Amino acid sequence: MIVRISGEDQYRLDDDAAERVNELERTVIALVDSGEEEGFAGAYTALLDYVRAQGERVGDEEIETSDLILPPSDLTFAEAGREFTGEGLIPD
Amino acid sequence: MAGLTGRMSTVVKAKVSKLLDRAEDPAETLDYSYQKQVEQLQNVKKGIADVVTAKKRLQMQETTLKQSVVKLDTQARQALSSGQEDLARTALERKNVAQTELQGLDTQVAELEEQQQKLTDSEQKLRAKIEAFRTKKEVIKAQYSAAEAQVKISEAATGVGEQMADVGLAMQRAVDKTENMKARADAVSELEAAGTFDDITALGSGEDDIDRQLKSLSSQSAVDDDLAKMRGEIGAGSASGAEAPVSPAGEIAAPSEHAPGEAAQTPPAEGGQS
Repeated sequence: MIVRISGEDQYRLDDDAAERVNELERTVIALVDSGEEEGFAGAYTALLDYVRAQGERVGDEEIETSDLILPPSDLTFAEAGREFTGEGLIPD
Repeated sequence: MAGLTGRMSTVVKAKVSKLLDRAEDPAETLDYSYQKQVEQLQNVKKGIADVVTAKKRLQMQETTLKQSVVKLDTQARQALSSGQEDLARTALERKNVAQTELQGLDTQVAELEEQQQKLTDSEQKLRAKIEAFRTKKEVIKAQYSAAEAQVKISEAATGVGEQMADVGLAMQRAVDKTENMKARADAVSELEAAGTFDDITALGSGEDDIDRQLKSLSSQSAVDDDLAKMRGEIGAGSASGAEAPVSPAGEIAAPSEHAPGEAAQTPPAEGGQS
């Protein structure tokens, strides 16, 4: 599966890694849902770090569509909250 | 996948398919997509130029503020040497405000530098992808039947479209940050225009409006520390110091250089405010 970290790169990950990515993402979502800002930055960084470490970077000249697009690494807690309520991160 | 990540993919796909729907003929779709991609690349270049402009403005302000800090420090020393403590305090208050602004600017220039780097990287990635698309487009035109071509085009255009959306997002974030900094730069300009960092020799007698504002802006404890330090330095430098005597605690013993109008004041108690 191909995962993009917005503002960085696309990574090619094994399908087994998808499970762990899911798990890490659920942790982040749970924190956002319950308004726990404290653990958010650490949990989000853990997710991105996992993708960077496990994935193989997709070359710039390769054209691939991502199965998953993760928001940028400087995502704030407030922005993460807005992601769920609908404004979205990608501008029109 | 739900939540955070699924939405972004959906938005990208919707945008790209809207783009592809505009043309019926595969070859036309390809050329149109490519044209849009090249346009986007131009926008990225413009975005980078805007960030650079904002950065330059902040850097110019930094230079001005640094000069003010040096100047006001010198003036404070001169004022203190000649026993004009009130004037020295005013100069140090101004210096304090200038230094605080300077620290903020440092951080912001560094942040803009980072944005510029990110956008430059994004631009290079997008350029590489567009170039790959251009090659692929000719292959698709030459080798595939109309139906197959549609599928291939959709794949390729979605891939490049995703990169474009990503650059778009990076630009939006850079623009937002730059806007915040413009507000900050404007605030510094206003302080400058109000004479906050002006030469204290241009100051009339008594406390003017700027001084009252400065007192609220500057950290009085930092100013006190600066004053004490400066007194020590001046005292150590000139053995025949005509300055007010300094107690071991660094407090000044009943300074007598008040302006005539304030002469009726009782000797200041510790931490007394004028």
